[in-house]
Amino acid sequence: MSTVEERVKKIVCEQLGVKEAEVQNTSSFVEDLGADSLDTVELVMALEEEFETEIPDEEAEKLGTVQDAIDYIVSHT
Amino acid sequence: MSLEGKVALVTGATRGIGRAIALELGRLGAEVVGTATSESGAESITAGLKEAGVKGYGIVMNVADAESIDAGLKQVNEQSGAPLILVNNAGITRDNLLMRLKDDDWSDVLETNLSSVYRTSKAVLRGMAKARWGRIINISSVVAGMGNPGQGNYCAAKAGVEGFTRSLAKEMSNRGITANCVAPGFIDTDMTKKLDEKQRDAMLENIPAGRLGEPEEVASVVAFLASAGAAYVTGETIHVNGGMYMG
Repeated sequence: MSTVEERVKKIVCEQLGVKEAEVQNTSSFVEDLGADSLDTVELVMALEEEFETEIPDEEAEKLGTVQDAIDYIVSHT
Repeated sequence: MSLEGKVALVTGATRGIGRAIALELGRLGAEVVGTATSESGAESITAGLKEAGVKGYGIVMNVADAESIDAGLKQVNEQSGAPLILVNNAGITRDNLLMRLKDDDWSDVLETNLSSVYRTSKAVLRGMAKARWGRIINISSVVAGMGNPGQGNYCAAKAGVEGFTRSLAKEMSNRGITANCVAPGFIDTDMTKKLDEKQRDAMLENIPAGRLGEPEEVASVVAFLASAGAAYVTGETIHVNGGMYMG
């Protein structure tokens, strides 16, 4: 079983079309990984699906980096 | 212009333009799911598709009801897969001059003709975004641009659909998803059969083609917009009206 971190990074790679090596925990989705607003919406939807959880809009807005997403998933699942 | 392997959802497919669209998309190879508001309507869609040798079936869905849309789409997703072609065709009229128009006439038409388009579009977008391919085709009306006495509610809803479609087109175009409108003029359907001879004659005077349109003549334009060849057409309203109005 993969860790949350590995699963989050895998989804980030798939959704944003970036290579695994580019995805650091500190990477910002928008600034470092080139996500546009629609990408971030899709990313959140993909995370919701993978981890079978619902991320409310006001929480989703705060997920700026890979680590933010990992932390959110760890504390909410 | 093959639509082989695509699931197409057509709302209001029991009669008229919706029925013709369902048959045409099916003829081009799509698996067609047509919606009706009643069980008997859904059965007649299933029977009609079968008779035409088209893959597909009818389901019950009330497009004015969010829960009914969710339930219908769940069924389609499980039975056939995510629809990558959505044709929002279901619509009603509650005509009256504004001075006599009831609140319910206004809200029913806005719910069924405009809010429904928002709901169904939202419901299918996820599947389309994942597939990086999608076609949303909304049936508007010539009166959205022209205006028409006695149809303030209907004109408002249809003009709303066109504005919504342009926004949707901009939001989703970099995902391979297009959104367009087809705006029929006077087409020979039950909706226009209600008119008396005098109204009909008056109408024909304003149609350079000198005749009503056939539902199939709308369906063929919808089929084009659904096809691979229309990938670069988005946010557009195509008029199908025999020349009565040219935008």
